[in-house]
Amino acid sequence: MSRVLSVWVDNKPGVLARIAGLVSRRGFNIESLAVSNTEEDVRSRVTMVVDADEHIVEQVTKQLHKLINVYKVTDLTDMDHIERELVLFKVDVPPEKRGEIIELAKNFGAKIDGGASDSLIIELTETAGRLEAFETLLSPYGIREMIRTGKIALAND
Amino acid sequence: MSKRNETKMNGAQCLIRALEDAGVETVFGYPGGHALDIYDALYDSSKLDHVLVRHEQGAVHAADGYARATGKPGTVIVTSGPGATNTVTGIATAYMDSIPLVVITGQVPTDALGSDAFQESDMTGITLPIVKHSYLVKSAAEIPATVAQAYHIASTGRPGPVVIDIPSNLARELDVAYSYPAEVRLQSYKPTYKGNSRQVKQAAHAIEQAKRPVIYAGGGVIASGATPELAQLAESMQIPVATTLTGKGGFPEDSPLNLGMLGMYGLPAANETMHQSDLVLAVGTRFANRSTGDAEAFAPHARVIHIDIDPAEIGKNHHADIPIVGDVKTVLGSLIEELRKDGAQPQTTAWLESIAQWKREQPHRIMRDEQTIRPEQVMMLLDELTKDRDTIFTTDVGQHQMWASQLIHTTRPRSFASSGGAGTMGFGLPAAMGAQLGLPRSRVICITGDGSIQMNIQEMATIRENDLPVKVLLLDNSCLGMVRQMQEQFHDERYSQTLFTGNPDFVALACAYGWSGRKAETPSELEATMRQWLADEEPSLLWIPITSDEDVYPKDACDGSAKGVSDLRDEE
Ligand SMILES: Cc1ncc(C[n+]2csc(CCOP(=O)(O)OP(=O)(O)O)c2C)c(N)n1
Ligand SMILES: [Mg+2]
Repeated sequence: MSRVLSVWVDNKPGVLARIAGLVSRRGFNIESLAVSNTEEDVRSRVTMVVDADEHIVEQVTKQLHKLINVYKVTDLTDMDHIERELVLFKVDVPPEKRGEIIELAKNFGAKIDGGASDSLIIELTETAGRLEAFETLLSPYGIREMIRTGKIALAND
Repeated sequence: MSKRNETKMNGAQCLIRALEDAGVETVFGYPGGHALDIYDALYDSSKLDHVLVRHEQGAVHAADGYARATGKPGTVIVTSGPGATNTVTGIATAYMDSIPLVVITGQVPTDALGSDAFQESDMTGITLPIVKHSYLVKSAAEIPATVAQAYHIASTGRPGPVVIDIPSNLARELDVAYSYPAEVRLQSYKPTYKGNSRQVKQAAHAIEQAKRPVIYAGGGVIASGATPELAQLAESMQIPVATTLTGKGGFPEDSPLNLGMLGMYGLPAANETMHQSDLVLAVGTRFANRSTGDAEAFAPHARVIHIDIDPAEIGKNHHADIPIVGDVKTVLGSLIEELRKDGAQPQTTAWLESIAQWKREQPHRIMRDEQTIRPEQVMMLLDELTKDRDTIFTTDVGQHQMWASQLIHTTRPRSFASSGGAGTMGFGLPAAMGAQLGLPRSRVICITGDGSIQMNIQEMATIRENDLPVKVLLLDNSCLGMVRQMQEQFHDERYSQTLFTGNPDFVALACAYGWSGRKAETPSELEATMRQWLADEEPSLLWIPITSDEDVYPKDACDGSAKGVSDLRDEE
């Protein structure tokens, strides 16, 4: 089962290497990892999705905690929280389908960010489930390229 | 003329001053280009005693031996590039056994970082998986606080090595304001010392109810100084105690409750006791596979209480019914208090009788011979002849290490130093040097093999230079005995690359280094020679040739698949 961990760390060079190194050397399987600045200059927040059983997630959490640059590790999965992910699709767009695709995107709450005469870049920020639903709708048109940021999440409290 | 300004310090002077303020007395190291300013500043220090080793690996093992013997963190200074990378094995060794070290490495100047400059190596990167923490210093002003943090982190909580990488331009930087923090507070690092009182109560109840309890004690007992508490608990409740290799000395081995080492090459009775127990009280240990064998099959009938300061160790290798995160000494203290309040009484008479019987039935194998010296006989004699005064043993890695851990009886903590987790050949001699420097009045003996001694033999020169009366007992079987034994047992006696035919004359070698060298070749001369060697006031090596075909027993426990350990009982 996938667990969403929010890790509050020092915003210092090398911290990401410590986290990535720990995760890979202990053989933990990470689905996604997103790092960014936070409201405090000196801290970063890492959102990590781990697909593992409870025992492994507990180990990941404890091992992360041991890193001196890690302040707090919160498992958000069972907490009231908001999670989002951003995806960019580059889709094949034959001229006759252009309107149809733009309409589809709009209905889904996605944005058209750019493209060329025969393609569009469509952006959607959503939960993973909605992203995947949208992907299914787009795929008949031909998804040429796709990129996802990985989950970011905040507790609702 | 000195261009040094006495009131304004450069980065290197700040470093040396910070080491002094951290209470460091002894530093092991080796200079080089990017450590020049550090060494220049060291030249003026009257408080730091620097030991110039012959190889940087020796410096780290020496600092490690110093830390194991004294309980104080060990300190190392080396230069960048090869000097720094030579410390890696030593750092890994200390990391595996949770030994507090601060390793300071020179580095290329900040503007050359990442350019593959001469003697650049990414030291913080290379050591990432084997340090408790590390720093790449980015400004000279950070040096004192970094040093303070490094010692704090290395020596508190679960101890471990910390690396400080210092670019040479920062060491050279002038007019650096010096201020050493009175106290280190790290918001993200607060080890838990006190155990949860509900869990402690539960543990006390489990102990009161147990019919066949056993204590399984690891290196954490020694790290936290919990020997008195452990002994008090074991004695008041009459619970037998098995120790790991790194836990050796944490419980007096002359106690009737002592089971000795458990696990691979442990005493069969210790493993039998684990197997039959209904309660395992694991203290300061990590259920390493060397101790448990197949973790699933380990102590199958027992409830498990696990006390450790590192929460990540609890439940990592083995489940715990009653986990207690905290400092072993503090938690055992609370546990004793809890048992006292309950008026708990020991009820293990029958259990201790069964254990005594297993000990009688399956003691350590002791071979004696009129013609040839047998290794067990050497260890028994050494054990006997060293009882007169406090002695610290260090070992290398191999068969000699197992014979030593089985047959040398330690009665005090910090008196047996062996590379348990990493199994690093070459540890013993420099570790003995470090221990002797830390405890000049103790007798320090390194028990080694002909393979291991040659991995850091150059430190004989350092030992001579510093007039340290270190004693080396060399069991020379002309082979990499432990590996040879495994080839004998599991590879049809195909002795691939384990037999030495070109060992030196070790007495001549000792003499060349300015040591005394002695040799015992027959059982009849063994005791007299050993006595003379022990009486030597200078560094002295005792060379004992033995045959190549000696094996460590119990042999069936060494199948390496970890199965043998828990299956010992089925071999009866
Ligand atoms: C640095 C290192 N290299 C290789 C090994 C693998 N190894 C374990 S024991 C051993 C043989 C040790 O030989 P020696 O020191 O002569 O001890 P003996 O077993 O003969 O008593 C070897 C090669 C090791 N533990 N450490
Ligand atoms: Mg040998």
